Amino acid sequence: MRGWRIFYLLGLMVMCGLFFGALQDIHPFGEPVEPAMDDYFLERAQEERAVNNVVTSIVFDYRGFDTLGEAAVLFTAVTSVVALFRKGGHER
Amino acid sequence: MNPLSLIVRTVCNVFAWFMVIFGAYIIVHGHLSPGGGFQGGAVVATFIAFLLVAHGGKRLLGWVKEGLFSAVESTGLLIFLGAGLFGISTTFFYNFLAKKGGLFGSVVPLGSNTGVLNSSGTIALMNLAVGLEVVAGLSLIIVYMFKGIRLELDREEESHDR
Repeated sequence: MRGWRIFYLLGLMVMCGLFFGALQDIHPFGEPVEPAMDDYFLERAQEERAVNNVVTSIVFDYRGFDTLGEAAVLFTAVTSVVALFRKGGHER
Repeated sequence: MNPLSLIVRTVCNVFAWFMVIFGAYIIVHGHLSPGGGFQGGAVVATFIAFLLVAHGGKRLLGWVKEGLFSAVESTGLLIFLGAGLFGISTTFFYNFLAKKGGLFGSVVPLGSNTGVLNSSGTIALMNLAVGLEVVAGLSLIIVYMFKGIRLELDREEESHDR
């Protein structure tokens, strides 16, 4: 029990060291490293898709297939909940 | 789940509708402001949870129809898929309604503006479809989970009688 605690503490210290090491290399807020794709969406969303909300234009249009997957995940979740809790599903 | 006191039920009767209106606003304005089908649908589905807590399960089960919810959920997903498939002549999920002048077909001015509700093509349509799906789906989850709990409680009572 006591030995494991030392292991946990060591792991925590290693993780903290890694996090602080990574924080040294973080780029400043608002200055992305590769802004080409961001600029593409920001410049063209209004004229190509006639939409003000660029985030929604990405979620439902440029990356619409991803949103289809999300909707399918929700549908599957509801289906499994209904299958689990439906009447008569219990064995007597 | 037993109904709560008269005060809670009265407050629920008045304020539950504001939550529905707020959720519908988030869904309908998904292409103008933050939010969209998923978020607004979750807000509207809170209505069922609100009714369940305030009015108790027995009255709620008398009000809701699971078959209707199931049909609405499937319809939402099918509209979403259909809106994606309709633009298949260009690509899958092509925005075939944008800037055509008809439904959701207005052109927005470039730069910052106050927002045009009838714009953005299939994005608004998909927001509505996903909103329908999330509302019906989360309501179904709440109703069926409550039914499952009640089934367990009934069984326990039966075993006590024996």
